[in-house]
Amino acid sequence: MKRRAFLKHTAVFVSGAAVSLSALELLDPHEVFAARPELRWGFLVDTHKCVGCGFCVTACKIENDIPLEANVTRTWVERYVMTKDGETFMDSPRGAQNGFTSKLIDQNRSGMKRVPDQEISQAFFVPKLCNHCETPPCVQVCPVGATYQTADGAVLVDRSWCIGCGYCIMGCPYGVRFFHPVEHVADKCTFCYHRISKGGDTACAQACPFGARRIGNLRDPDDPVAKTVMTQRVGILRDEYGTNPQVYYIGLNEEVR
Amino acid sequence: MKRHVWRPLYVVIALVVVILVARVFYVPDDFGAQERGYTFGFHRLSNEQEWKDYPAHYRDSAYCSACHEARSEELHAARHAMIPCENCHGAALDHPEAPEKLAIDRSRELCIRCHAQLYTPSSGRSAIPGIDPAEHNTGLVCTECHNPHNPSLEEM
Repeated sequence: MKRRAFLKHTAVFVSGAAVSLSALELLDPHEVFAARPELRWGFLVDTHKCVGCGFCVTACKIENDIPLEANVTRTWVERYVMTKDGETFMDSPRGAQNGFTSKLIDQNRSGMKRVPDQEISQAFFVPKLCNHCETPPCVQVCPVGATYQTADGAVLVDRSWCIGCGYCIMGCPYGVRFFHPVEHVADKCTFCYHRISKGGDTACAQACPFGARRIGNLRDPDDPVAKTVMTQRVGILRDEYGTNPQVYYIGLNEEVR
Repeated sequence: MKRHVWRPLYVVIALVVVILVARVFYVPDDFGAQERGYTFGFHRLSNEQEWKDYPAHYRDSAYCSACHEARSEELHAARHAMIPCENCHGAALDHPEAPEKLAIDRSRELCIRCHAQLYTPSSGRSAIPGIDPAEHNTGLVCTECHNPHNPSLEEM
């Protein structure tokens, strides 16, 4: 090979190799569009407004046919009581489906704890529900494709496909999944998919007299929930797990887990 | 190759074919990776519609006020205006057809969900008038004295 040809071939090869393969990949318009559809359901909880009445829990259980007497629930309310000494007590008797009606805090094995009023520095209620994460670990661990995420962000369970192995119940860092006592499959909050897809409100948000729970479209800049999430100081639960949860909280404390 | 090698291989191939054929019949046509990809969207597509078709139990207060206009106006003028009808009256379902009559919850337990006095300085609960359920007229139903549609203590 002549020196001239060698240099020529080298130049062609190097310039060709410099173009990475990804640059030559054709973009699929469907894929690009699906990455940012017009609708993404999100939820906003205002912990200042929650009074711990538990109407949301009752409404959720009745709406979604979860037996009231079974100690499982798709949503629940936690009470946090912090003392001036820096201690934190938390309880959620039966998911607060009958509200909080006593000053006694259920501490399981150590019995009922009564914190005197003058020792309390902070006391408040935090409603919990499925976070409908952007990267849901419960979906990733499902071995049969029974649980999945829709394009608009809702994480659902296919009851006819679920084999009841319970991986997802273990996989959820928020503990929102449970085994349905009647259907005998994994169950979870659906964001009341049957209601919101018809333009309605979730049963819990509708039952809340104080507007502590709201659902909205996070992709719509004029949506009141999206506006609050974008412009106010909101928190999410367990950010460190990388699940990218889509339930936002106003007035979240670090003691809330 | 010898026959003793081929024979078990035939069995394996037959088994694979049986499994593949069974799969064609067993797995629904719309099962596969959907919009959210293989990791998050691997599912039976028609299940999304099945969840959308789940029957709603709760209507809303506007559904109630379409017929019970006077009651609804009375409530909306009072301090309990923000409480949805169905929280006390029960889920409407297909009322007035089914059920024809709703079971109203008049229990003390319902009222004290909000009106049991707790000490919650960082919650809206502290702004709600409260009683100690163990002390306040025990054994009586709240509605014997209080009107839930107009809870004003002056007009009792």
